[in-house]
Amino acid sequence: MGLEAKLTKDGFFTSTVDALVAWARKSAVWPMPMGISCCAIEMMASGDPKYDIARFGSEVMRFTPRQSDCMIVAGTVTYKMSHVVRKIYDQMPDPKWVIAMGACTSSGGMYRSYSVVQGIDQFLPVDIYLAGCPPRPDNLLNALMQIQEKIGRSKARDYQDIPLPELPVIQNN
Amino acid sequence: MDLKELVTKKLTEKFPQINFDITDYKDQLAVTFDKQHIVTISDFLKNDEDLQFKLCEDVTAVDWARRKKRFTVVYHIFSLKLNSRIRIKVDVEETENIESVSSVWKTANWHERETYDMYGITFKNHPDLRRMYMPEEFEYHPLRKDFPLMGIPGSLPLPKKEN
Ligand code: SF4
Repeated sequence: MGLEAKLTKDGFFTSTVDALVAWARKSAVWPMPMGISCCAIEMMASGDPKYDIARFGSEVMRFTPRQSDCMIVAGTVTYKMSHVVRKIYDQMPDPKWVIAMGACTSSGGMYRSYSVVQGIDQFLPVDIYLAGCPPRPDNLLNALMQIQEKIGRSKARDYQDIPLPELPVIQNN
Repeated sequence: MDLKELVTKKLTEKFPQINFDITDYKDQLAVTFDKQHIVTISDFLKNDEDLQFKLCEDVTAVDWARRKKRFTVVYHIFSLKLNSRIRIKVDVEETENIESVSSVWKTANWHERETYDMYGITFKNHPDLRRMYMPEEFEYHPLRKDFPLMGIPGSLPLPKKEN
């Protein structure tokens, strides 16, 4: 089944640190649920027993950015909200990934309007764009699997010396 | 006595010198008058024994774009006693301002802020006339007819995209 199947003979196996780290990372992608509007309902549905995001090691939705690896931006991002989304993204520890869930997040969707950001890639690096309005939970799971694939290809040393971003200190907000 | 008769009678008795235009469209009553009387008449509609329009449900506006009196400010008020609502309409020119009714109905405070934010109509003697939805430093009023639907590029700041 899992690791036990690899344990033949004396119980040793050889691997590279890169592969081991990437395997560990991709098997427990803790999401930061940035549920802003209707897409968030489908994101919640992907956590229920029918779709069960726990099968992919991502059931621990972290409501603090400091403990999460992957931000799922689910919903319409307005210009006013964009600063909050970016601030939360900046607080996530490296390495981090972003799923732009739904038409609104990817391109503004049906809101061709002055108040909605026409695609969050204008202020965030996005890894996966997820089509649909809203995307079905299985579609989100598919995106998660693709993120896992992407993480699996990453090298541990790529993330060695990432400087911490200088965040502005806001006194009274 | 139906609502229209009652409101007409009450208003003309109390304010014989003011011109009222009371219209009925699909059983929705609208009262139009000059903007300088807004506070006195609102106060009367709220506090009169038989009317008691105690609930201000919404304050909004209409932008007629080319008309001389460019805006119409619309107040939706509800009477729990009569179980019915009426609409107050007041015309305002683009350069004019209008007296705030937040001293009459407390809820009008935020409604008027929203109307100010979206149409740029200033309410005199409002306790706290700040923008409601748009950022403070935004210079335009989005629901005006001359504001483009897609907004004005660069008028709303985005966070910086690093790396
Ligand atoms: S893409 Fe559709 S479902 Fe998702 S937030 Fe936008 S409008 Fe709502």
